Amino acid sequence: MISEVHYAQFASLALDCGDTLRDVTVAYESYGSLNRERTNAILILHAFTGDAHAAGIDPEGKPGWWANMIGPAKAFDTDRYFVLCSNILGGCRGTTGPSSINPETGKPYGLRFPVITVRDIVRLQKALVDHLGIPKLLAVAGGSMGGMQALEWVVSYPDMVEACLPIATTARHSAQQIAFNETGRQAIVADPDFNGGDYYDGPPPARGLAVARMVGHITYMSDESMREKFGRRLRNRESLSFGFDIDFEVESYLRYRGSQFVGRFDANSYLYITKAMDYFDLANGAPSLAAALEKVLSRFLVISFTSDWLYPSYQSLEIVNALRSRNHDVTYCELSSSYGHDAFLVDVGEQTGIVSGFLARVAKEAGVSEGKGARA
Amino acid sequence: MKVPELLGRSDYALISELIPEGARVLDLGCGDGALLAWLKENKRVMARGVEIKRDLVQAAVARGVTVYQGDIEASLTDYPDGAFDFVILSQTLQETRRPQAVLERMLRVGRHAIVAFPNFGHWRVRLAHLTSGRAPRTPLFPYNWYESPNINFLTVMDFEEFLRNQSWQIERRMFLAGHRRIEWSPNLLCEIAVYLIRRGCKVCYSDN
Repeated sequence: MISEVHYAQFASLALDCGDTLRDVTVAYESYGSLNRERTNAILILHAFTGDAHAAGIDPEGKPGWWANMIGPAKAFDTDRYFVLCSNILGGCRGTTGPSSINPETGKPYGLRFPVITVRDIVRLQKALVDHLGIPKLLAVAGGSMGGMQALEWVVSYPDMVEACLPIATTARHSAQQIAFNETGRQAIVADPDFNGGDYYDGPPPARGLAVARMVGHITYMSDESMREKFGRRLRNRESLSFGFDIDFEVESYLRYRGSQFVGRFDANSYLYITKAMDYFDLANGAPSLAAALEKVLSRFLVISFTSDWLYPSYQSLEIVNALRSRNHDVTYCELSSSYGHDAFLVDVGEQTGIVSGFLARVAKEAGVSEGKGARA
Repeated sequence: MKVPELLGRSDYALISELIPEGARVLDLGCGDGALLAWLKENKRVMARGVEIKRDLVQAAVARGVTVYQGDIEASLTDYPDGAFDFVILSQTLQETRRPQAVLERMLRVGRHAIVAFPNFGHWRVRLAHLTSGRAPRTPLFPYNWYESPNINFLTVMDFEEFLRNQSWQIERRMFLAGHRRIEWSPNLLCEIAVYLIRRGCKVCYSDN
């Protein structure tokens, strides 16, 4: 399955901060076919540093970030469903973000890009879904920050979603989650190459961005997975160096991940997207989370993972219990995995079984026919 | 009178008789969701389940049942009052740590409770205890004391006395021995007792 990026253009997008963005581009990919009734569309929502390339293989041979979950006979079965994924607002993988050209100045926005929220991100996705002529989504699904978007979707557009799958996520960022994000942001801002966000003509704040990514990677793994993967093994040496070169395998891994990240991600996007996550609170304005979820109409499948300490199960349970207190249709499952937060991306065996069973039920109840119609 | 099996179990057949079309049903300890899936398919009920064992939850979700993975007693605090028409507790009462709290909460979130449990007063249990001088092991209670999930050993008489003390009403009761309905001396002859109960008029219980 070779995937292809498409682009949609929108003249403007109103934002929560009060500003309006002009000339907004969205990069998206799709897999499978939309059925004649246009009822089998599933919107996949990517996590923090993900992109529109969720499935299949791109022209350079790179598999999608959730290729193990999306495809023929997989959890999101592209023989049955039309699966759509777009790069989020504020990103740097084809959708308008701080590295895009500001139409007013002809230069990259940098820090002149307005501060965005998860609701803004979802508002743009809604514009894309409307643009593609999809009246109602069969499901919205995503892990981590993708789960936040899924939750925002059903609160912002309750009658547009049959089912919501928030995975390894939260209804509001906790102090600990904000703290990790702020550490990453400060590493970027403290880099001498940051230059107030105007670094597009020179070297990017590569060291700061790499350190931010290193911190991030620690939070995505678990104590157990790091012990299994690295232990105290030394890297290409027999004994300690008694210096500050790489001694341990884990140091090498984090440095590699950090430097690799610099090549594919924009530091300003890092700032804007982490801020959007930190601002995220589904109850925003409502007296309680349960009250915020009062009017949702979707069925829910909430999944958490035992070793995920970045988005621990108690945060999923907050969502689930708020939904149950309003008697909504919510299925909750805590899957066993040693992979930490990364589990939703890499440890997909059990996740596949419950997602496909859940979707089959939703499709049946929504009277969805098999997806063999025209492409969107 | 012979009772047919439903999904391999006679108590399921009796329980399913008690549930009308389109009812809102919560099954506590729903296992792999077989009963709920059957009720959904055949009686078009609104089905919800609670199950603590991870593999069973996954099996239930895979067959399209709405399940909450968690503890029965704790799960009951979040549902609103009267959220269900029927709350089922099938052969799990003897395994709950605080059976009274579970039953009270069942009758808060449900208008009716259906409770099925193995009868410890069955003659075979009494005989095994009397003749062996050991904790009874019978086809109904097959476990060694050190590996049994059962922590409460109750009889038909115990349960009815409890209901009287709570001023809860028995709407229907059915007794099973194998595949046969028992009509008399249930405390001595029945293996599985199935009760349909509701709150009495006098008692008002609020779950805080």
